[in-house]
Amino acid sequence: MTHAAIAHLPAFPHRHLLSCERLTAPDIDFLLDLADKSADQNQKIEKKRNVLNGRTVINLFFEASTRTQASFELAGKRLGADVMNMVVASSSVRKGETLIDTAVTLNAMRPDIIVVRHYAAGAVELLSQKVDCSVVNAGDGAHQHPTQALLDALTIRRAKGRIAGLTVAICGDILHSRVARSNIDLLNAMSARVRIVAPSTLLPSNPDRLGAEVFTDMWQGLADADVVMMLRLQHERMDGVYVPSSREYFHFFGLDHEKLARAKPDALIMHPGPMNRGVEIASTVADHSRSVIREQVEMGVAVRMAVLEALSQNLPQA
Amino acid sequence: MSVFLSKPKGENPKPSRTPQIFLNARLIDPESGRDELGGLLVQDGLIADLGPHLRRNAPEGAAVIDCQEHVLCPGLIDAQVITGEPGQEHRETLKTASRAAAAGGVTTVVVMPDTSPVIDQVALVDFIQRRARDNAIVHVHTMAAMTRGLKGEEMTEIGLLKRAGAIAFTNGKSSIGNTRVMRNVLNYAKDFGALVMHHCEDPYLSSNASMNSGEVATRLGLAGVPTVAETIVVERDVRLVEKTGGRYHSMTITCAESLEVIKSAKARGLDVTCGVSINHLTLNENDVTGYRTFFKVRPPLRHENDRKAMVAGIADGGIDIIVSSHDPQDVDVKRRPFQEAADGAAGLETLLPAALRLYHSGDVELVALLKAMTLNPAKLLGLHSGRLRKGTIADMILVDLNEPWVVNKDLLRSRSKNSPFDEARLQGRVLRTVVAGETVYQYAGHEPALAAD
Repeated sequence: MTHAAIAHLPAFPHRHLLSCERLTAPDIDFLLDLADKSADQNQKIEKKRNVLNGRTVINLFFEASTRTQASFELAGKRLGADVMNMVVASSSVRKGETLIDTAVTLNAMRPDIIVVRHYAAGAVELLSQKVDCSVVNAGDGAHQHPTQALLDALTIRRAKGRIAGLTVAICGDILHSRVARSNIDLLNAMSARVRIVAPSTLLPSNPDRLGAEVFTDMWQGLADADVVMMLRLQHERMDGVYVPSSREYFHFFGLDHEKLARAKPDALIMHPGPMNRGVEIASTVADHSRSVIREQVEMGVAVRMAVLEALSQNLPQA
Repeated sequence: MSVFLSKPKGENPKPSRTPQIFLNARLIDPESGRDELGGLLVQDGLIADLGPHLRRNAPEGAAVIDCQEHVLCPGLIDAQVITGEPGQEHRETLKTASRAAAAGGVTTVVVMPDTSPVIDQVALVDFIQRRARDNAIVHVHTMAAMTRGLKGEEMTEIGLLKRAGAIAFTNGKSSIGNTRVMRNVLNYAKDFGALVMHHCEDPYLSSNASMNSGEVATRLGLAGVPTVAETIVVERDVRLVEKTGGRYHSMTITCAESLEVIKSAKARGLDVTCGVSINHLTLNENDVTGYRTFFKVRPPLRHENDRKAMVAGIADGGIDIIVSSHDPQDVDVKRRPFQEAADGAAGLETLLPAALRLYHSGDVELVALLKAMTLNPAKLLGLHSGRLRKGTIADMILVDLNEPWVVNKDLLRSRSKNSPFDEARLQGRVLRTVVAGETVYQYAGHEPALAAD
């Protein structure tokens, strides 16, 4: 390969960011390195750069999410892009045609990047096939939420100095969690040891095939973990179908000091938010000195800046 | 007359320190297969020693009980008993049920959650345990409901209930019709090693039915429930267990087809067991003729061929346990037109003598028969009793296998008198019932009417 050919290889060889499944360790390192710089910049007074000057970013949310949307909006604005938020309210049944029509309509407005959250798995990928711009998956059903996994990885890397070799226990509603799926893919790509901890009713089928060690006993699942990543348990899952009650769930699967003591003494405590204090995590654990839940939110903006920046490098340039 | 020698356990908590020796007994232990003449020494509530060497040798200072070569075997463990406590104490209390149990040779009773309120919360498990401790003269364990209110919709707190002492989980006398709920319950229960015991009867096929579907139902003009209503649910459950794993027990199967499903599941290595009620081993649908509501039980009495298949299942071990399916009902709810009468038969006190019919008829070996009421339920429920072994709890019964008697329902200890065996000729009688080394019941000849309890 000639020198010139190497120079033409994009640093981040993807047009869209749809899933963590397709990310390699170099891809992830590249994004995290970029995000590191943004994170440092975000702590200064002058937070703006102009790498996305003239670009249009559309946040298209078919499912309400205050924090993810705000995070993407800030990320776009700090990079100098024009950001438009579209919230397609209500999760009323939308047929495939409607989604595609929306995509075609938006595409006609010539955006550069569309950030999409949708309640249906695969919807973001479907939309990406119908537009000329880049698409970022901001969460599709129970499938993927790649920027969450990236911000988790960045938080871990900044706290621990590495990801490879760490034991990460992801605990809670794995069945319905796109955060869990994205994290399992990403952490495996980065050579971490991944565990999932949940009652069997909140595990998908063939959980062992995900590349994680499966535990239905949290005391065992947390043993010697370097990172304890709690997932949110939605209230509608506690009505006796998946879990008998929030009381029982907290007793056996809530992160309290007793269970936390099974993990390593310097284990990080993480949660993608929003938290149900007293359901999946004890209030005092959430506010523990080892809790990095606030840092996760902070890294969210930095990681999203890195993703927008990386994708924009592959867009047609002026 | 018979006597209850022991005060309720709460008032007399300490086992007596004086050793007791049971001399000249026919020792039968289903665990070791032992069936020989010998003796058994009880000390501090435990079996201290047993064997032929003790047949005639009483240790110094021991109280001597001469068994006169009658059978000394583990006390029965009845895994399916309904009482009316709490809520319907006019039917039965833990105290009256325990007295019926003691008189029937049952040393451990497992009560169902079909009470008012339903046993579906930790506080109610606690209530049963406290009431039993204070009032019962045999061991009492409680099952808990696996869905709230036994409605078959929302799971109960299986983890916390098990921790509180619930020995198993059941939906009581009703089946869970919603397959998804059943799948989730099995899946969830597995994480806690909880035993799921399910009454198998398709709720749609069995609605409004009051007896077995067949010729007798046709002649009587009664709506019947076919055996397939049961087999469908057994098969469904087994297929679910195949996916979820976990411990599953089909409570009272009644036909050969259901037994085949269980046998094939066992052959595939699943942790699946089944039980049968004494009613379905000794009675059939013809008994219902004349609209006799004391024979109205759930699942209903089946065809004679089904009964024979159940007996064969006990003989070959395909069916794991025999239960009394004790379900006391007062006379008012039984003295109604058949289709409106309550289901259920009192059975604690007649369990053993009725079961001995199968031994006397030559259909089932004595050890196999006893095993289904002692060792097997002990294993199923994780109890240490149910066997005659050195060091285990001295829960035992002394049985005269041959004494003939005629059941008089008015003499039964259960508070409700709805026995399908009223006026039946039975052979075999419990002479003495020992719970943790204490004699709680002793039979001493033909009895006059009991004083009302």
